[in-house]
Amino acid sequence: MTVQILMPALSPTMTEGKLAKWLVKEGDVISSGKVLAEIETDKATMELEAVDEGVLGKILVPAGTEKVQVNRPIAVLLAEGEKVSATNGAQSPAAPAPAVASPPVSKPAAPSPAPAPPAAAAPADEPQYSTWKTQSVREALRDAMAEEMRRDPSVFLMGEEVGEYQGAYKISQGLLDEFSHDRVIDTPITEHGFAGLGVGAAFGGLRPIVEFMTFNFAMQAIDHIINSAAKTLYMSGGQMGCPIVFRGPNGAAARVGAQHSQCYASWYSHIPGLKVVAPWSAGDAKGLLKAAIRDPNPVIFLENEILYGQSFPVPDTADFVVPIGQAKVERQGKDVTLVAFSIMVGKALKAAEKLAMDGIDAEVINLRSLRPLDTATIVASLRKTGRIVTCEEGWAYAGIGAEIAAKVMEEAFDYLDAPITRVTGKDVPMPYAANLEAMALPQVADIVAAAKAVCYR
Amino acid sequence: MAKDPVAKDRAPSKVAAARPGGPATPAQLIQFYRDMLLIRRFEERAGQLYGMGLIGGFCHLYIGQEAVVVGLQSCAQPGDSILTSYRDHGHMLACGMDPKGVMAELTGRAGGYSRGKGGSMHMFSREKGFYGGHGIVAAQVPIGTGLAFAHKYKKDGGMSFTYFGDGAVNQGQVYESFNMAGLWQLPALYVIENNMYGMGTSVERASASPDLWKRGEPYKLKCMSVDGMDVQAVRAAGLEAAAHIRAGNGPVLLEAKTYRYRGHSMSDPAKYRTKEELQKMRTEHDPIDHLRAVLLEAKALDEEAFKAIDKEIKDVVIAAADFAQKSPEPDPAELWTDILVA
Repeated sequence: MTVQILMPALSPTMTEGKLAKWLVKEGDVISSGKVLAEIETDKATMELEAVDEGVLGKILVPAGTEKVQVNRPIAVLLAEGEKVSATNGAQSPAAPAPAVASPPVSKPAAPSPAPAPPAAAAPADEPQYSTWKTQSVREALRDAMAEEMRRDPSVFLMGEEVGEYQGAYKISQGLLDEFSHDRVIDTPITEHGFAGLGVGAAFGGLRPIVEFMTFNFAMQAIDHIINSAAKTLYMSGGQMGCPIVFRGPNGAAARVGAQHSQCYASWYSHIPGLKVVAPWSAGDAKGLLKAAIRDPNPVIFLENEILYGQSFPVPDTADFVVPIGQAKVERQGKDVTLVAFSIMVGKALKAAEKLAMDGIDAEVINLRSLRPLDTATIVASLRKTGRIVTCEEGWAYAGIGAEIAAKVMEEAFDYLDAPITRVTGKDVPMPYAANLEAMALPQVADIVAAAKAVCYR
Repeated sequence: MAKDPVAKDRAPSKVAAARPGGPATPAQLIQFYRDMLLIRRFEERAGQLYGMGLIGGFCHLYIGQEAVVVGLQSCAQPGDSILTSYRDHGHMLACGMDPKGVMAELTGRAGGYSRGKGGSMHMFSREKGFYGGHGIVAAQVPIGTGLAFAHKYKKDGGMSFTYFGDGAVNQGQVYESFNMAGLWQLPALYVIENNMYGMGTSVERASASPDLWKRGEPYKLKCMSVDGMDVQAVRAAGLEAAAHIRAGNGPVLLEAKTYRYRGHSMSDPAKYRTKEELQKMRTEHDPIDHLRAVLLEAKALDEEAFKAIDKEIKDVVIAAADFAQKSPEPDPAELWTDILVA
């Protein structure tokens, strides 16, 4: 019986990958466990092992093919004596057998954000740059660190798997080669310890970038982030500055359950003495990370795993820095203001497109910084639209949307034509099941519905 | 002890080779006496001001433990980093910080080291290499490890002195720090000031193994133990430890066995130990009385000279207390300063 070998999903967020190399050829006898090919994901190069036995009938995707979608048939395995037929192609509806032992990957019902459309020109509210290049968020973060490490020898990177492994999410790829073990430091799995060590190094005159594999693990270290990094300047009467960046992916990834899917934006934004930023685009990521590394204060830099692989235009110059504390109007509109940060900016922009089809002209604000919060940009937008919908992945209770609502009440109550509405994650721990996870996370449709509600439509 | 490959390319410190490693000279011993007496009198006065309501909140006195910090800080060099827990007044004085500025911080005044915004547990002096004053038990241990990391990164020849109590040794972050310091052969001296009680819980009731000094062994730390009531012994141990560290041989853990005469903090009646235990320590092991006897025996000082020192120290402490009461409270505008570096 013919068995299709499919492109496997090799990580929770992988949707496509590169078929780097075939290690078998057509006609080879395949036994279970034999390494068939090398697959490059955006995180690592992995070996694809055979599950079923047979003869490799036909290779459907040649070596070197980029962007092979997960679950696409890449080869056909024949039972002995069987012949490959012309119809045994990629479009065969025959039940596919996954090539790896993992359960079949069904994409979560949550819409996986497609790469954002490249902007035709520089956004109006940013200085005009003459040359732009398209980069993934991952590359932008790496370049920001590399540029700042070249610029300032006191900048160093530490964290789990940042060096020899090239980053658990490949963010630090190539940095070890360029900057050596002296400045790219692989730590043991010891978040509390290395966060405190980083604070001490900052007190000692260095500028550490501390990577948490994800911010979920930073809960082990939060005492040092808050009690040691954020408060010591005040407690020392201004003597003890702590120039340090704590960075890593924050919020939900995909199908990793409650302990690995949480947004910490409101936790850190609560703390005087910290700056908190949450980039969306590659430009945000690069410009804000450079600003964070140069900042003389502790900065919490909240990335998003799902955005790492998405590409955006980025100004092609080492001078590009995004000042902390400035929001960006990503889309102009006059009927309702959608305020979002991180991955929710993309969802808000999609919602704005859908709203436009219904004749509602939405303005989209990308907060970029959560502390300090650019209230002026929010209020300026409100004065135009009279309506605000806040969008965040985190829980509503004491969240960023709650803070924005309070700020707007205090500063611009008279401009509100409708109650501020929050689109947030549901007030439950993140479920694993694909359908429940999609329900727990705020979706484009939720933003559309909320915007219509505040427009009384 | 096996050397980490990282340590091999570290040239032996010229400073370490040049420093005198012998016992303290009579002049040094006299200075130790002054330093210990200053801490004792300062703390007594702080206790008095606390009783008068001039010092608020938590206030942890160092009386009884003076020999530890005085002996060890005599092994420090300019550029080294020193940090400790919230029982920090003695360490600041031993680092050469101004008693006036320390006392004024205790009273929460503008003339304090943190301009009144830190209090007893939170004071710093970059100038003197004192990095706090940390209020969370054991938090100073990774921070001190980070300062050692910075010394190694900058190749400035410095080392960190991180003090913590027997109560802190059961915090996980201590061992996270030991592991990284051992792994990377950092120039760090960890000092356990074992005063026998973590607040009201004796070491025996808190630690499965009471030999605290052995706890660095699994992490490639050189492990040492010393009588923390004898300043000469402490200095000797400190010199050995510092020479080891400055030569690039990696971190050291030193347990100093000591005793605090007062309660954990001002509000602690210390009912968890007997009066006899305390009395025995005071009469038989007091570090200041002990050194006084040594100096008399050696005829380094006579009674008249001791009286002169007592008066001189008393005057310094009275001046500090006076300053701490006369210094104004911080300007209301200070509420909003020092939150972020502009």
